[in-house]
Amino acid sequence: MGSHGIKDKVAIVGMGCTPFREHWDKGTDDLLVDAFTETIADAGVEKDAIDAYWLGTAQSGMSGITAAAPLKLDNKPVTRVENYCASGSEALRQAAYAVASGAYDVAMAIGVEKVKDSGYQGLNAFPIPNDGTARTLTAAAMFSLVAPAYARKYGVDEDELKRVLARIASKNHYNGARNPRAQFRREMDVDAICKAPAVAGRLGVFDCAGVADGAAAAILVRAEDAAAYTDSPLYLKALSFVAGNGSGLIDAGYDYTTFPEVARCAADAYAQAGVTDPRREIAMAEVHDCFTPTELVLMEDLGFSHRGEAWKDVEAGAFDLAGELPVNPDGGLKSFGHPVGASGLRMHFENWLQLRHEAPDDRQIALDPSRPYGLVHNLGGYPGEMVSFVSIVGTALG
Amino acid sequence: MRGIISYGGYVPWWRLPREAIAAAHGGSAEKGTRSVASYDEDTTSMGVEAARLALGALGDDARQVPATLWFSTAEPSYADKTNATTVHAALRLDREVPAFDAVGAVRSATGALLAALNGSGTSLVVSSGARTGLPGSPDERDGGDGAAAFIIGDDASPAPVIAELLGSASTTEEFVDRWRVPGEPRSRSWEERFGETRYVPLGTQAWKLALDDAGVAAEDIRSVIVTGTHARAVRQVARSVGSGTGGVADDLSVTIGNAGAAQAGLALANALDTASPGDIVAVVVLADGADVVLFRATGAIAAYQRATTIAQQVESGNESLPYLKFLTWKQMVTVQPPNRPEPARASSSAAARNEDWKYGFVGSQDRTTGTPHLPPARVSYKGGAVDDMLPLPLAEATGTIVTFTVDRLAYSPSPPIVFAVVDFDVGGEAAARMPIELTDVIADGVQIGDRVGMTFRRLNQADGIQNYFWKAKPVR
Repeated sequence: MGSHGIKDKVAIVGMGCTPFREHWDKGTDDLLVDAFTETIADAGVEKDAIDAYWLGTAQSGMSGITAAAPLKLDNKPVTRVENYCASGSEALRQAAYAVASGAYDVAMAIGVEKVKDSGYQGLNAFPIPNDGTARTLTAAAMFSLVAPAYARKYGVDEDELKRVLARIASKNHYNGARNPRAQFRREMDVDAICKAPAVAGRLGVFDCAGVADGAAAAILVRAEDAAAYTDSPLYLKALSFVAGNGSGLIDAGYDYTTFPEVARCAADAYAQAGVTDPRREIAMAEVHDCFTPTELVLMEDLGFSHRGEAWKDVEAGAFDLAGELPVNPDGGLKSFGHPVGASGLRMHFENWLQLRHEAPDDRQIALDPSRPYGLVHNLGGYPGEMVSFVSIVGTALG
Repeated sequence: MRGIISYGGYVPWWRLPREAIAAAHGGSAEKGTRSVASYDEDTTSMGVEAARLALGALGDDARQVPATLWFSTAEPSYADKTNATTVHAALRLDREVPAFDAVGAVRSATGALLAALNGSGTSLVVSSGARTGLPGSPDERDGGDGAAAFIIGDDASPAPVIAELLGSASTTEEFVDRWRVPGEPRSRSWEERFGETRYVPLGTQAWKLALDDAGVAAEDIRSVIVTGTHARAVRQVARSVGSGTGGVADDLSVTIGNAGAAQAGLALANALDTASPGDIVAVVVLADGADVVLFRATGAIAAYQRATTIAQQVESGNESLPYLKFLTWKQMVTVQPPNRPEPARASSSAAARNEDWKYGFVGSQDRTTGTPHLPPARVSYKGGAVDDMLPLPLAEATGTIVTFTVDRLAYSPSPPIVFAVVDFDVGGEAAARMPIELTDVIADGVQIGDRVGMTFRRLNQADGIQNYFWKAKPVR
C-alpha cells in the first residue's frame, strides 16, 4: 500500500493550446481539431502514431466519441474523463499512467470545454436528478466565505485583505496582458478591481475568473523514448489527486481558511517528486485561481507561504512575474477564463513553455538550476467539498 | 368532554403597510398592514409552521398525538395530489395516520374543524390561507396570509382539553357571491349589497341555533369572533350577534388581513391566547352559509404552554416590504431573473427515498463517535463505521451562524440568496453543521453569531412540482 508516483517514467514531448476566448464561431469539434493539430505538429508525430487518447471534458460531450468523431480517429481507444474543474489534468494523469504501465507507447491527453453555447452567464453544472435539497449556490458564494474567515483568523483588516486579493487579480491580469492566448489582455490596477460591483459576499466581478471556450493537449511517451521526439522533453515528477469526501461542509471544525484536500494532495506530490522545500525548489506554479481568495489560500496549502502569511507574501510581490516564485505567469484562470476540461492542460502548457525557455520574452521567467520544478495545481468543487490535482514537472531527469 | 387540546397560529414575518398600496395607486390609505407570505411560503408550508406550534406545545412526543390530519385551504399548491401528505411528512406523523385535504373553498376549513369536533379520536386540523387580488383591488389590500392548527381530542387524548366544545350550528344556502375559477390568481364577486342580504339572515339564524345547541345565553359569552368572505356582511352580523355578549373579538383584519380559510382559526387562536378558565368564545364564519361554534376554556388552559402568541407575531412583523416586491411574490409582476438556469424539477423517487431528510429535516448521528451527518449518511466520516447511525431530527433545533455570504448570482425567486454556515446544537460539545439558506432576513442585517431556527419552505417549483425543504431563520 502506498502512493509511489511515476517520477521520471513519462515525458511530455509536445503540447498545444488554443486561444481561450468566447469562440462564437467555433464548436467543441473545432476546438478539439485546433488543439490536436497544433499538438501533433509540436511533437512532430502523425495521427496514426498515437495509440490511445484520454479526453477531459466536464459537460461538452459524453464518451470517447466526442473526440474520436471530429478527429476521425481510426478505431483507437478514447476514454472520456470528468473530474469537475480538474478534468483536463485528470486526462493527463490517466494518459501518463497508461504509458508508464507499458500498455501504450504514445498517448494523448486532450481537454476541451465549450461553455459559451449555454446561453447563461458563468459555469452551470448539468443537473443530475436529486431530491431537491442540494445547495444551489454559485461557486463564487462558497469561495466568498474564505476571505472573511481568513481575515478573522489571522487578524487582517477586511478592507486591507480586499486590496491584497485585488493585487492577486492585478498580478494575473498583468501576466495575461503578455499572453496572446489569454482571453483578457488588459492590465488592471488594484483600485479598479476593488471598485467592481459585488457578486457574492465581498467578492467583486474582478475577483472572479472569466468564462471562455478552449482546448489544449499533450503527447506523452515513456521517458526513455522522449529523445526520439524532442531534445527538450518535460518529465513528469509527480501526479497527485484527492477527491474530498465532503466532510468539510458538515464538520464543525472546518474554518474555511484552508483547503485540506489541496494540502494533502500537495504533500503527496512533493513526496513523489522528492521536493522538501517547495518555496525554494519550485521555479513557477500554475494554480487554480478561480477566485482571488482561492489563490491566496493555495499559497499556504501548497507550502509556498507559512500559515497566515500568504497575504504578506502577496503584498511583497513574491508571486509576481519577476518575483521569487512566479504564480500564474500565463495570467491564470483570471486572464484565461475557465473552459473546465481544458484548464488543467492549459496550466501544463505554460510549464511546457516556461521551463523550456519558450515563453515570449515579456513574460519568460528567470530560470535557475536550484529551482528545477514547475507545479500545476487544479481544483474542482468548493471549500468543504473539493477535488484537487497537483503535478510537478521538470526538464531534467533525477 | 371534547374540544381543543392544543393550537397554533402562524403569521408570516413580512407585512405590507396598506399605505404602501395607496401610495402606488393613489387614493386614501386604509389603516394597518396585511401579512405577506414570503416568496418561499405557500399554504402548505405555512400550515406546517402552524402545526409545529400546535404540536410543540404538547412536548417532545407530540408527533405521536394526532390520529388523523386534516388540511384546509382555498389556495392549494396541488390539485389531485393531497397537500396534507406534505404536512404529514414535515411533522413526521406516523405512517398509520391518514392525511386528508379539505380544499377549494374557504368554508372547507370550518368543515374540517367541525368534522373533527363531532368525530372521535385525536385529530390535527390545519387551515391555511394566502389571499390577494389584482393590484389595487380591495382583496389585495384586505387579504392576508397565515395558518392555524388545532388539535382536537377528548378526555382520552394524551393532553387535557383546554377549550371544550359547547355546541355548534350551521345554515347553508346556494348563491354566487364570491367565486374563483381554478387556477386564476384572483376571486371575483357579485355586487356587495346582494351578498349582505343573504349572509345576515344565515348568520343570525345559525347563531340562535348554536346558542340553543350549547344551552348558553348571549350574556354568558365572553367574546364573539366573526369572520367570512364578505366584509360588509361580517360587520353587520358582528354588530347583530355581538350585542348582549361580552363583545366582538379582534378579527385581525387591521394587522394581518383576511387570511381566507385560516382567518377564523387565527382569530380563535388569538382569543385563546388570552382566554381564562370558564371564558366562552363563539366563532361565526360566513362562507356560503354560516357556521357557529362555541367553546368554553377549561381549567387546563391556565397551565397551557405556548411557544408564541398571535400578538407576539403581529408585533414582530417586518413592515419594510416594498409594494413591488409584494407584487412579484404574489406573481402579479414578473421581474427579470438572474441569467442562470432555473432549477430542474425535484425527482419524485429521490424525494420519496429521502422523505425523512427532505420533509422532516432528520440527519443521522454515528452511534459510536456521535458525529452528526447532514444529510444523513450510511458511512461515518469519522471512524468509518458503516450503517451504524441513529436518526438525528433537527427541525426543532436551534443553531448559530458561523459565517455567511450573500449570493447575487444564483437563481432565486427573490434574489439575493443569503446563505449561512450554521452549527446546530445537538447536546454536549458536538455541533451539527450545515451550510443552509436563510430566509425572513434582510441581507444587511445578518451577523455572525446570530441564532437561527428551522422553518419549512417551498424552495422552488418546476414542472408543477413543489420543491419543499427547510431553511434557517433568525430566532426572534
